[in-house]
Amino acid sequence: MTAAIEIVGLRKAYGRTIALDGLDLTVASGEVHGFLGPNGAGKTTTIRILLGLLRADGGSARMLGGDPWSQATELHRRLAYVPGDVSLWPSFTGGQVIDLLGRLRGGLDEGRRASLIQRFELDPTKRASAYSKGNRQKVALIAALASDVELLLLDEPTAGLDPLMEAVFRSCIEEERKRGRTVLLSSHILSEVEALCDRVTIIRAGKTVESGSLADLRHLTRTSISAELDGPPQGLDQLPGVYDLDVEGDRVRCEVDSDKLTPFLKALAAAGVRSLTSQPPTLEELFLRQYTSSDNEHAGVSS
Amino acid sequence: MSTLTGTGALTRLAVRRDRIMLAVWLYVFAAFIAATVVGFRGLYKTQASLASFAAGAGHNSAFLSLYGPLYGDSLGSVSAWRVSAVLSVVGSLFSIFVVIRHTRADEESGRLELTGSEPVGRHAALATGVLVAAIANLVIGAVLAVVALALGLPAGGSFLLGAGIACCGLAFTGVAAVTAQLSASARAARGLAIGALVVAFALRAVGDASSASGPRLLSWLSPVGWAVLDRAFGGGRWWVLALGILLAAALVIAGGVLAGRRDYDAGLLPQRPGPARASASLSSPLGLAWRLQSGTLYAWLAGALIYGLLIGSSARGIGGLLKSASTRKAVSDYGSGQGGLSEIYLAAILGFTGLVIAAYAVSAVLRLRSEESGGLAEPVLATGTGRLAWASAHVLIAAAGTAAMSLLAGLGTAVGYGALFGPLVWAGLALAPAALVLCGLAVALFGLVPSRSVAGSWTLFGLFALILFLGPLLRASHWLLDVSPFTHSPKLPGGTVSALPVVLLCLIALALTGAGLAGLRRRDIG
Repeated sequence: MTAAIEIVGLRKAYGRTIALDGLDLTVASGEVHGFLGPNGAGKTTTIRILLGLLRADGGSARMLGGDPWSQATELHRRLAYVPGDVSLWPSFTGGQVIDLLGRLRGGLDEGRRASLIQRFELDPTKRASAYSKGNRQKVALIAALASDVELLLLDEPTAGLDPLMEAVFRSCIEEERKRGRTVLLSSHILSEVEALCDRVTIIRAGKTVESGSLADLRHLTRTSISAELDGPPQGLDQLPGVYDLDVEGDRVRCEVDSDKLTPFLKALAAAGVRSLTSQPPTLEELFLRQYTSSDNEHAGVSS
Repeated sequence: MSTLTGTGALTRLAVRRDRIMLAVWLYVFAAFIAATVVGFRGLYKTQASLASFAAGAGHNSAFLSLYGPLYGDSLGSVSAWRVSAVLSVVGSLFSIFVVIRHTRADEESGRLELTGSEPVGRHAALATGVLVAAIANLVIGAVLAVVALALGLPAGGSFLLGAGIACCGLAFTGVAAVTAQLSASARAARGLAIGALVVAFALRAVGDASSASGPRLLSWLSPVGWAVLDRAFGGGRWWVLALGILLAAALVIAGGVLAGRRDYDAGLLPQRPGPARASASLSSPLGLAWRLQSGTLYAWLAGALIYGLLIGSSARGIGGLLKSASTRKAVSDYGSGQGGLSEIYLAAILGFTGLVIAAYAVSAVLRLRSEESGGLAEPVLATGTGRLAWASAHVLIAAAGTAAMSLLAGLGTAVGYGALFGPLVWAGLALAPAALVLCGLAVALFGLVPSRSVAGSWTLFGLFALILFLGPLLRASHWLLDVSPFTHSPKLPGGTVSALPVVLLCLIALALTGAGLAGLRRRDIG
């Protein structure tokens, strides 16, 4: 599969503030790619460089086979963008903005426009000054989803939506995936990313810290295990990849690196297992651990 | 908890936010009155020449409708007559902006919600807006009085002049306190209040210009009229001040009652639904720019036409005013110094019109910057619309609007004057090149130093305006005059036009625009 977005070593500074510090991001055609990071990690800066609004200081970025800076307008006809903080012209109605943005992009699908307005329960005759944040976001989402494009760049698109509308958004993205469109979804709502994305890139302080499929990433994480045994276990604390071990008589609780599960389970089986619960790592833990471990790394380097 | 809790803290915050703007406005007021008094003193060196001017101006109906009746023939009377109505309008505009900024605009942007969740009373925001505007008006009044005193005018008249202008500002502080409750959008609330100001000015203009048997009483219905009717330096009717103060108090109380009766973020006027679909015209960068700019442009065009009609008709009786040689020379310093008396006068006053047109050009170009910093450029530039197409649509409207305004100003002057039709239309059009240089400067600043473009453009504009106003005093240091594009505008009607300066002005405007657009292509957006 060809890459819809290919970013290598991207750098951008605003004065003395470094926003991007060698960021890498690859999004394959046809996939829904989660772009995760805490506030201020550089997600929006990356997307604005992809849109040709900002000029990178270093590194390379390719999108849809073109250069985001010099070929901005040609590329923009093939993509749609939803900003994280949607501003609209106060005197325009939502319907007017949807039409305007669609036409400037090169046309809307009338049928989809109508059905999206219905599904998102948007009143297109209201003036933008009367819309709430969520409704402004809906306007931008409808304008983007109703246009016939190859790539969707969504910057925290559900930040203002209520849970009901978030569900509508998820089903829309599912449909986009089936249509074969590529989606770059920047977010810090992990459940959303877990539900929607094929692959995930996690960034922090302008650098990529992890990238891969959810399965790949889970591999790097720990499974939490609690078990009741026939007798007290032997030598669990000697095994590699076992953390937070808590043994009370014949009850065991701990976390185990996913690739060190086999020797651990063998040791449990040797003691005789009465009951066993295991919890797969959530993206949330992964996310938190990425940051805390990066902090440790930083501490290690500086000390 | 009182509904006014937190007003003190909010007011301190508001004054802090506004301190630079307040200082700039104060400077404008001080400079305006100082320039007027010094100007009259320089133009009419003897009491006899001042009296002959007063006798003429006091009976010219165009002057009457523009400035109101003239009480007395002293330097103070003439200066007060010239500044009262104008500064009352400016002070009222200022008050409207301040009140709406701290009430409806903050509510619309959601900033008020942030402070509203703190221990802040329901009426605190309104009280803050009113308080800041009231304090500002009092300071403006005091500054006007002190400047007038310092220039040697009598104390009583000086204070009455300042107080009268401050009271008109207070009255419109009250008007804005009410309109802020009526509409849910700051733009509409501001528009309603400015509409009331236009009506007040028109009432005064009609009342003051009418004959003794006509509807003179209309002036008494207008706060702008009161600022003239208090007769500073012409007897002094201090009780007129009470009218403005009473009206202000009544309106502020009404605003408070209305504020108590409505929901947060809602207006009392219903929000009408708009069209669900965009019309066919709204499908290109130019269509969008036109939709955003046309309303303002129409207002400026109407203003240019009306202003032209006024100055044209005021020039009809000008021959009598310019009898003395020294007066004639003083006026011709601003104008061409050639042709008949009326032509000299028209050339001088049209020169100032060029400044107004340039103000439009700058504000129209700076719309680009407010679109950009308001996050409204981003969604457009993320479509197939390129930066050049987006920016040049706005620049095109600014340039065409500048030309149209120049034409209408000339046309209005010609119709108002009732003669010299062709020359006056040309004189209007000849104002465009200098204004286009300002347009180009704004584009250049927007493209090359966007974060400084608003302050920079208006600073340059103010500098050039100052050079134009002070031009005759600066004859010795010619190089400073040459900096301003307005110095190089053809002095029409009456003067001779040489092609070179006009062509150069146009080329400079083009080069600046090109530099700005080239800079825009290279820089970051946002």
